[in-house]
Amino acid sequence: MTTETVIVVGAALFGIGVYGALSQQSFVMLMMGIELMINGALLVLVAMWSRAAGGSPDGQMLAVVFMTVMAVEMSLGFALITSAYRVKRADITEKLRKLKG
Amino acid sequence: MSDLPVSLAFAAFSAVAVVAGIRVFRTDSMVRAAFYLLASFAAVGAIMVLLGAEFLGMVLILMMAGEMLVMAIVMVMYMMNPAGLNPMVMVHQHRTAIAAGAVAFLALAGVGLAGGVPQRPVTNPGAATGDLGRELLGNSMLVFQTAGVTLLGTMVGAIAIAAPRGRFGDADADSQEPALQPDEEPEA
Repeated sequence: MTTETVIVVGAALFGIGVYGALSQQSFVMLMMGIELMINGALLVLVAMWSRAAGGSPDGQMLAVVFMTVMAVEMSLGFALITSAYRVKRADITEKLRKLKG
Repeated sequence: MSDLPVSLAFAAFSAVAVVAGIRVFRTDSMVRAAFYLLASFAAVGAIMVLLGAEFLGMVLILMMAGEMLVMAIVMVMYMMNPAGLNPMVMVHQHRTAIAAGAVAFLALAGVGLAGGVPQRPVTNPGAATGDLGRELLGNSMLVFQTAGVTLLGTMVGAIAIAAPRGRFGDADADSQEPALQPDEEPEA
């Protein structure tokens, strides 16, 4: 387990996330892609903290901020899904062609 | 811990993280996709524990377990075909997306391999959790508190967006009936 191998795993997770966020029609699957991207970034961040930054606690603080971003993204995403479904009955991105109803 | 068990565990968890990540977008059932994503997150949390960030790894696993259950419930509530009884391919711009994902992977992995990472490992591996605790309630308390207020604001905002009634009346006023066919325009 070297820093480089962890970076490659994180890059793989990020690449899968990019594919999911760009290709999926369903809102929830799209959010899963975004989550996978943040997941890969978080993994590389912790690897850097552990192997390249001498274990400075600031790195762990940044990881806590990343997790906050994940929670914010998920909860606001679910709220927007609820709102879009209620007003437009939309569950996939193709049904939201117009911003105004 | 000696090196070999750690390397084997890292290889196993990496395989789980990546394979489960791919399976998220390759399964018919959306609920199953949520649990594949949870498996991917759990494997990443385990790698974080191997790297010495025990607290962060366990917090990630706990947080994601709750989040994926919420996700599965949202799937069942809103999505067509949540149980995967029918084959499901719901993708657009598939080739572009595959190419973009591959480019992102190759570019990031290339930067990681070519960038020359400094070698400064954790000096005192056992003290990581204690250090984080002192940092959270010491120098970085403002960051910690800001994250908390941000989450509070998110809760208020999420409720405001998703509430059935707002100050201007019903949220679904002038809404449209659901379309009978998947690709049909909703009726006004």
